[in-house]
Amino acid sequence: MSELTLQNITKKFGAITALDDVSFTVKDNEFFVLLGPTGAGKSTTLRVVCGLEKPDSGHVLLDGVICDDSTPADRDVAIVFQQYSLYPTMTVYDNMAFPLRAPGRRLPEAEIRQKIEAAAEKLRITHLLKRKTVQLSGGEMQRVSIGRAIVRRPRVFLMDEPLSNLDAKLREALRAELKHLQKVEGVTTLFVTHDQIEALTMADRIGVLNRGRLIQVGTPEDIYDRPANMYVAKLVGSPRINLVSAERVDGVFRLTEMGIELPLEDSDHLPDHFTLGIRPEDVHLNPEGKFSGEIGITEPLGVETVVHIHSQEGEIVSLASGLIQLNFGEPVRFDINRDHLHFFNSQGDRI
Amino acid sequence: MNTPKSKRPEVNYATRVDKVTFKSKLTRNLKAILTVIIAFIVLIPVFWMAATSLKSRADAVAAPPKVIFEPSMEGFIGLLTQRRQVTAAQGLEEIKQDPNLKWYDRVMLNRGQQIVGKSEYVGYLKNSAITAGISTILSVLFGLFSAYAFSRFKVAGKGDLLFFILSTRMLPPIVVTIPIFLLYRQLGLYDTTFGLIILYTVFNLSFSVWLMQGFIDEIPREYEEAALVDGYSRLQAFFKIVLPQTITGLAATTVFCLIFAWNEYAFAVMLTAQKARTAPPSIPSVLGTGGIEWAQIAAGAMGFLIPVAIVTFALRNYLLRGVTFGAVRR
Repeated sequence: MSELTLQNITKKFGAITALDDVSFTVKDNEFFVLLGPTGAGKSTTLRVVCGLEKPDSGHVLLDGVICDDSTPADRDVAIVFQQYSLYPTMTVYDNMAFPLRAPGRRLPEAEIRQKIEAAAEKLRITHLLKRKTVQLSGGEMQRVSIGRAIVRRPRVFLMDEPLSNLDAKLREALRAELKHLQKVEGVTTLFVTHDQIEALTMADRIGVLNRGRLIQVGTPEDIYDRPANMYVAKLVGSPRINLVSAERVDGVFRLTEMGIELPLEDSDHLPDHFTLGIRPEDVHLNPEGKFSGEIGITEPLGVETVVHIHSQEGEIVSLASGLIQLNFGEPVRFDINRDHLHFFNSQGDRI
Repeated sequence: MNTPKSKRPEVNYATRVDKVTFKSKLTRNLKAILTVIIAFIVLIPVFWMAATSLKSRADAVAAPPKVIFEPSMEGFIGLLTQRRQVTAAQGLEEIKQDPNLKWYDRVMLNRGQQIVGKSEYVGYLKNSAITAGISTILSVLFGLFSAYAFSRFKVAGKGDLLFFILSTRMLPPIVVTIPIFLLYRQLGLYDTTFGLIILYTVFNLSFSVWLMQGFIDEIPREYEEAALVDGYSRLQAFFKIVLPQTITGLAATTVFCLIFAWNEYAFAVMLTAQKARTAPPSIPSVLGTGGIEWAQIAAGAMGFLIPVAIVTFALRNYLLRGVTFGAVRR
């Protein structure tokens, strides 16, 4: 396995800048997730890495060696696409054997068989080997695609939203399976997704991409607890973070729309006007709470309940554990945990 | 032991699928009847041709036309052979005694004709097969590769080029035959199979490029890209991944190109004389020689129809999918 580095990659399609000076390193054995919305440049990044697109500037390094001019075949990376990854005219076995039979490798058939059987065993697809790919379900297809990628032990494993086309249950199951496989096999993985849950649950490190720019790179904890700006704060976490405009007046924060005042300590570095980010789990319903509001709608999720609290002009979302019975319009009291507040300046950057 | 009547599960007749109303039965049958009638009308000329090709010379011109007749291979044999008229005075009976006679010799001798060799039509049929076969293979092959290029690569002036290719179809062939005739005479391509092959290939190419491009556009690029990453070159990816998926399109294109090249009349009649002449222009030329041999003409048309019918029938499953391509989800 190996290390992958992108240095100052810029890629333009006509007038559109798909990637703007993107640099990051995926360390050996690391599970690196690129997170961003549609059109952020995630797939373009993968295509640049595997050599299907040439960057306008910048370099791709594999194990410290620049490989800008290598063909996709020479780079020895494997890719799993969101769909259409399996060759429809072949059986599952032939699909998995395809990379091993490539001119550059051309392993003896006995060895191929052995490798495929081992990989199939790991992915629990042994019973599918003789089938045609059209007879597979979505989950089976993606299993086979992953199998085809790991069977040749590539230097880097690239995945382009491989779970997005699957239904929720299957996605969850395959997510855990994939993470386990990655750890057991120790494959350097670059995984692309728009799903923040996938990113948080699977990644060793996450890179957040927006409009071709890499905004923040960090562990899931970094991304969640110390988002570099409002964009990242909004992108990760469900329900979404509460963002309320606030001002600093006479030693207290005033949450402008909600008429709430929070006492403040050592806040000299804060500007007069800023945006305050409060994660829903830091808003606690408490009969003795300092603040009051009234219940808006509630969304019971089973393990927890999302409670929308109205307070004057504003609304704040709270995440309460368990199923709780609250009626629309009821008065409620709550507290805000001040240890995890996020401050953003008028540009949206973290203070 | 029999289940008591009262305990049998009751059938809910309202939901039984075999309970079909009279009206729906009628419409379904009406459709079938209508289909049969239309098929009958459409097939009359074909039936007429098939029947005539199997009639003897006398039956072919009988009035009123005979629907029931004694089948004879006269037409086919006449078409494929050259014969000599033999009278009784010239020893017709003696020739008939020859033990080496084949069945077709006897058929013709009963008409007072002795077979002396193959007719020119055999050569024309061979020319037709060669010309149509090679030009179809070439235009499908070129079409496949250019369509792939148009579909997958950035080609400068792609839209204009494609339109230019299509525009070669806009003139009816007959309009360009005279200039091509003059051109071919200068180039020494007049009355050569090679010349005809070039012409048919070019003429079919526009069709083949456009049709194949539609098919290749439908094949997601991800397959090839996956193959590239899996360690194959572009060309290998094309042959191993793309080609097997274009079979439907190839079959459809092949049939259409073949039908055109096989049936083509206008160019063939103008640009060939003897050596390279194909079958279509030679069928009507039978008309002139010694009375109208209707059985021979019908036999020529039948023999000409059969190969195309066989190819189309063999590829019919691909064709159906080819024609409805894009309209249905595969």
